[in-house]
Formats: sequence, structure tokens, C-alpha cells
Amino acid sequence: MIKLVGVEKTLGGQKVLRGVTLSIPAGKLTTIIGPSGEGKSVLLKHMIGLMKPDRGEVWVGNEEISRLRGEALNTARKRFSMLFQGAALFDSLTVTDNVAFPLREKLHLPEKEVARRVGERLEQVGLAGMGHKYPSELSGGMKKRAGLARALVMEPEIVLFDEPTTGLDPLMAHTIHALISSTQRRFGFTAVMVSHEIPEVFLISDWVAMLKSGRIAAMAPAAEFINTTDPEVREFIGVGAAAQRAG
Amino acid sequence: MDPFVLTRSLQRIGAVTLFLLGEMGRMVLFLLATIGWLFRPPFRLFQVFKQVHFVGFKSTFVVVLTAAFTGMVLGLQGYYTLRKYGSEGALGSAVALSIIRELGPVLAALMVTARAGSAMTAEIGIMRITEQIDAMETMAINPLQYLIAPKIVAGLISVPLLVAMFDVVGIVGGYLVGVDLLGGNPGSYWSSIEAAVEWKDVYGGILKSISFGLIVTWVCCYKGYFTRMSAEGLGAATTEAVVLASVLVLVWDYFLTSVLL
Ligand SMILES: Nc1ncnc2c1ncn2[C@@H]1O[C@H](COP(=O)(O)OP(=O)(O)OP(=O)(O)O)[C@@H](O)[C@H]1O
Ligand SMILES: [Mg+2]
Repeated sequence: MIKLVGVEKTLGGQKVLRGVTLSIPAGKLTTIIGPSGEGKSVLLKHMIGLMKPDRGEVWVGNEEISRLRGEALNTARKRFSMLFQGAALFDSLTVTDNVAFPLREKLHLPEKEVARRVGERLEQVGLAGMGHKYPSELSGGMKKRAGLARALVMEPEIVLFDEPTTGLDPLMAHTIHALISSTQRRFGFTAVMVSHEIPEVFLISDWVAMLKSGRIAAMAPAAEFINTTDPEVREFIGVGAAAQRAG
Repeated sequence: MDPFVLTRSLQRIGAVTLFLLGEMGRMVLFLLATIGWLFRPPFRLFQVFKQVHFVGFKSTFVVVLTAAFTGMVLGLQGYYTLRKYGSEGALGSAVALSIIRELGPVLAALMVTARAGSAMTAEIGIMRITEQIDAMETMAINPLQYLIAPKIVAGLISVPLLVAMFDVVGIVGGYLVGVDLLGGNPGSYWSSIEAAVEWKDVYGGILKSISFGLIVTWVCCYKGYFTRMSAEGLGAATTEAVVLASVLVLVWDYFLTSVLL
């Protein structure tokens, strides 16, 4: 579904992506793990065309999104929705209006249908009754969940989740994982998730890829990822020699 | 002495010139793109109303306050100066002409810059830093159309209205001091205004205020939209916006005046 070929990107004089080649299967949940500051968020922004690669190609279906501009890019983006790492809720709108925003602006649904869908999503992320609040009145975890509700409300073809559970308590993190996994199964969209929740992501993902030093160090079906032989990857996911000694 | 001092300073001048030219080009492109989006549906009337409320209505208090004191000090200065030549009767025209032609548009624009313009830069800058603008783009909604165009339209609508208010309040302020307080002749205050102020003056004031409304919102939106991704970046953007908008207002005022006179 999404294919990156030799993507390189330098930001602020620092080479962040050094030739990422990655293929995201359609209709599956693929999780990208990797150390902090390695460029996972940058990678997601390349997939949706918010950033352009310095070198390399980004394909979505049979369109090269990294070459699209203007109206064509807008059309391509209609297939996506994205949960940003910082939630990126609109400060000037209430939670309800934030979640309703893409429905009103993109689908032009009747208000009754908007209210129904928004209410349903807010309930699923545990924010029922919080719709009248403004983002500034929410905790970090609540913002994340409101952002998740906004990302899921459109039921698009592809959803990108940037750390959907960071800042949530373990129980809520579990609920959100279950929600992502079940909506993904139900609607069959292609999901790409960035997460630090090891080992939980191995249970809900179909595929896992690890970004390390600006490249994909390993990619495998979630169940087999644990058997990877790369010592750095093993160390990172806690099955390496050092981790075993510590454990 | 450094033998390369000449080449090096030439290099620096060149670099600064290139940067300024680039910045000007980017600003013009930003405005043209926004205008392009302005005329494409959907037309965001509600956003425009919201911005007129913010830029216009919420600036009335400071504009009225500035206008009152400007008029009053003009009344004071004008009265004593004109009395030296025995022409206190012309006080009204002196106050009205300075306010309608110059002080109304310029001071109102500067107050809008300080109050609404800086807040505009900060608001857009925060949206940039917290990725709200990116989020909007991922929803296939053009931020220039949704966010910027209504602000620029609001500037075009609000600033002329604020200037009109400034003119009236300023002239009344001059009356209060020059006539009520210092004992000038009330009849000649108004009649000298009627005799001296021409349609050309009013028209020039309106033209100025519309162009200032554009300059202030354009500069402040631009600086916010291209804020560098940090807290310092946001502070710098706000300062730059206020300084650049104020300077451009004064420079443009000079050019317009020299053309209009
Ligand atoms: N807009 C930008 N301008 C300049 N540098 C950037 C920008 N965005 C990201 N970077 C840099 O790129 C690198 C990767 O950032 P990124 O946010 O993708 O990391 P990450 O893997 O998502 O980390 P985390 O797990 O902490 O979220 C960082 O060094 C960051 O400073
Ligand atoms: Mg990140």
C-alpha cells in the first residue's frame, strides 16, 4: 500500500533518514519501533506528504505522493488520516468540534449524523461527556485520546498513529490498543503506528519494523520479530544478551 | 589588517540583500496564494465574522482611548500655538485635518498591530509549532484559506471602521479641550472643520486605512505562518511582526501621502 524507496532526509543540518526502504502491506497494522529521536515521526510525515524526501520515492498505492503538489496532493491526502504525536487539536475548537471538523469540512455530513459519529467515537476513547471542553482544559492523555477520536472518525483507507498511547496509564493504553486493533479489523484500513509499547505492540500488530540509524534495521511479522538475529534489535526489544542479564 | 575585509563585507552585504529579496518574494507569494484561495469556495463567512470581532470590535477600546487623548493633546497644543497668531478660530480645522489625514489611520493601524497583530502572529505561530497547521493540511483543508484569508479580509474591513471611529472621537476630544476647557469658540470650531475638510482628505484617509489593514494582517500572518519550530522562534516571530508591520505602515504612509497631496 505504502512504499518507501531509498528515502533520505536532512533536517536542521542533521541527516535523519539515510535511505529508508520500507513496504507497508495493505489492510494490516504495521508498527514502527525505534529509539527516540531516530525519525519515526519524520517517517510518518513523509508517508502523508507533509515532508518531501531529499532523495528517494514515497508511493501510496500507485501514486508517488512525494511528487504531488496542490490539488493532486489534497486528493491523495483524502485517503489518509493521522494522529499526531502532540495530538495537534485545534485550540480554538471544543473537543466535539475538533472531532467533527473533518466530517463537516470534508464530508459535509448533516449535523445529526455528525453528532452521532462524534458521540460514538468520544465514548470509545473514554471521553463521553467531555465534548464541551477546550483542548487547553484537557490532560495530555485526554488530548491524545481526542486526537485519536478525530483520526478514526473519518474511517479512511489509511491511518497513521504517532505514539497513540504515550502518556496514558497502562489500563488506558491497553484500552486504546484494543480500540485501534478492533477498528482496524472492522474497517480493514491500512494502519501504520509508531509506538514505544514493547511488548504490547507485538500482540496487536501484524507487522513490526524497527527504525535505527536512519534505516529500517528489521521488519518481520509481529510473531516472528522476536526471533530476529540482529543483536541491536534484540537488545532494543529486550531479548538481547544485556537485557537478559539485567532481567 | 585583514586583507579580505573588503571581500568579506561585500559578501555579507550580498548575503543580507539576497535574504531580504528572498523574504520579500516569499511574502508576496504568500499574499498572492492567500488571495487566490480567498476567491475559491467554500467562503468562510463565519471565520471572517469571528476575525472582525477579534481585530475590530476588541480593538475599539484602545483605539477610542488613543483617539481621545490624541484629540485632546492636539486641542491643547493647537489652541496655544494658534492663539499666538490670533487664529484660535481655526483650531477645529487644524485638529480635524491632522487626524483625518495622518494621525487617525497611522495611530489606529499601530494600535491594531500592537493589540491584534501580535496576537495573530502568536496564534498562528502556536498552531505551526504544535502541528495544528500540518493537521489541517492532512485533512486536505488549505490553511491559507481557512486560517489566513479570513484574517486579511477582517483587517480590510475592521481597520477603516476603527479609523472612522478614531477620527470622530479625536475631533470631539479636541473640542473638549480647545473649547470646553480652554474657552475657544464652539461655533468656529465646527465651521472651520466644515470649511477646511475636503472630500479628498476623507478619501485619502480611507485609502490609507484600507492599505494599513492589509499591511498589518499580511505581515503578522506571514510571520506567524513561518515561525521557526521553537519557543524562541515564536517570540522572535511576534517581535519581528510588530516591528515590521509598524515600520511598513509608516513608510507606506509617507509614499501614499506624497502621492495623494
Ligand atoms: N521540522 C523539523 N526541523 C528540524 N529538525 C527536525 C524537524 N522535525 C524533526 N527534526 C529532527 O529530526 C530528528 C527525528 O525527529 P522525530 O520527531 O522524527 O523523532 P522520533 O523518532 O519521532 O522520536 P520520538 O520517539 O521522541 O518521538 C530529531 O533529531 C529532530 O530534532
Ligand atoms: Mg516522534
